[in-house]
Amino acid sequence: MDLFQYDFMLRALVGALIIGLAAPALGIYLVQRRLALIGDGIGHVALTGVGAGLLLNRSPVLVAVIAATLGAIVIELVRAYGRTSGDLALALLFYGGIAGGVVLVGLSDASSGALNAYLFGSLTTTSQGDLVTIGVLGAALLVTMLVLRPALFAVCHDEEYARVSGLPVRALNLIIAVGTAITVTIAMRAVGVLLISALMVVPVATAQQVTRGFRSTMAAAMALGLFAAGAGVWVAATADTAPGASVVLVAIGSFLLVALGAAGVRALRRRSGSDRAAPPVEPAEHEVLLG
Amino acid sequence: MTPPVIEIAHATVGYDGRPVLRDVSLTVTAGEVVAVLGANGSGKSTLVRAALGLVPVGAGSVALFGTPRRRFRQWHRIGYVPQRLGAGSGVPATVREVVASGRLARRGVLRPAGRADREAVAAALDTVGLADRAGDPVSTLSGGQQQRTLIARALAGGPELLVLDEPTAGVDAASQEAFAGALRSFRDGGGTVLLVAHELGPLRPLISRAVVVHQGGIAHDGAVPEPAGHHADPDHEHVHPHCDEEPARLWTGI
Repeated sequence: MDLFQYDFMLRALVGALIIGLAAPALGIYLVQRRLALIGDGIGHVALTGVGAGLLLNRSPVLVAVIAATLGAIVIELVRAYGRTSGDLALALLFYGGIAGGVVLVGLSDASSGALNAYLFGSLTTTSQGDLVTIGVLGAALLVTMLVLRPALFAVCHDEEYARVSGLPVRALNLIIAVGTAITVTIAMRAVGVLLISALMVVPVATAQQVTRGFRSTMAAAMALGLFAAGAGVWVAATADTAPGASVVLVAIGSFLLVALGAAGVRALRRRSGSDRAAPPVEPAEHEVLLG
Repeated sequence: MTPPVIEIAHATVGYDGRPVLRDVSLTVTAGEVVAVLGANGSGKSTLVRAALGLVPVGAGSVALFGTPRRRFRQWHRIGYVPQRLGAGSGVPATVREVVASGRLARRGVLRPAGRADREAVAAALDTVGLADRAGDPVSTLSGGQQQRTLIARALAGGPELLVLDEPTAGVDAASQEAFAGALRSFRDGGGTVLLVAHELGPLRPLISRAVVVHQGGIAHDGAVPEPAGHHADPDHEHVHPHCDEEPARLWTGI
């Protein structure tokens, strides 16, 4: 594409690809824990950091990393120790975060366009410095999620068993929380706080339509994230649409295609009777559904 | 003399300040197969969970392999089998992946799985008769097969002590037999077992000692009591699914 001759488009593409690869690698643990929307909440908190950064004339992304990390740690502590009030505490944090962000951005000299850039992403204004931040944090995130995969899988799959295995459960949970905060802040540049969860969750949801195991789901989700990021930026460049939203729409489009395809294949197999004899599901099933 | 495998002394255990167990003591020595029996809600599961540190112990002490529980770090010596597979997983996982988690206590968080790990996982799957399902998602397995997966996970770490929480609740007869066989070979290899059960079924001949928990205390510690009521009927099948609301009938006469 001719448009990729321009440096800003190239930077947008590279940034999107890094985020597309890293976000699902973290998101899979959130999905496994049924905390798919937590990234959204942390995004709201990050917005307060953006506001504070703009007001103090510091790098908004850097302050947002700090705010989101603190928010993620608070959420994790509420999750680990809180009981009935956890739900409300999270709601307070989320809405307090977004309201604080809006107020702080308003108080600063920044234009209303600045707020939009963080709400919906502003991939094409990615600077060289942003790209370095995204690259370094994205690489650190990927390495952590891949190296710690067996331990993180164990903690997210069965936390009590992980404790009896002597795993550092609290530290691993905090790694996931801080990883979420970092993903949110680097993805904020690409898709904006309002669409962040999509990049962490949708590729995982797509992958698990066709995969059988955790490892294959992770690999497929990362590939899908990469594809959505690349194709989304290409669509945005050729059709002149908003890059962040285009990436998310490509991801959701892939989900619909794969879900329909998988359902079709299952139906065909059932009709031809070549399906692997699935064992009759016993009473355990209702427990799984209730969970 | 080697210290006891588990030593609970005058422990008081409760949730939210509400004691479930008061002043209970239990010692399990190497090579024993101890069944903790009791009605639902009697605190039998709480007792074994307290031994593992999953429930905080208010008063009294717990020691594992002679080390106070708080300072105990040799978790690879213990294999824990929870009542059922956590419902928390939203992402598919294969049977092999779940069983491989059992190696973490031995190999640590950072070391990647090696050949010894893979062999141990394969051997554990063989023991419970699930080698042919290793690549299948656990969610496609029956309740009994899922339970066997959890036992394989505990065995994969090569533990000296197996702690099982209602391993046969709601499990089909074939899986119960496979499970009894796995437990027998574990005991014959010198292992120690502490298991919580509502009813013993095919496990009965394996049990060397029974502890009955009743109303927050230990009501019996010794020989395996004979079943009473309709459970004693030779035609009674001990395979009804687990249900928390079910009124206890088996051990209330003790």
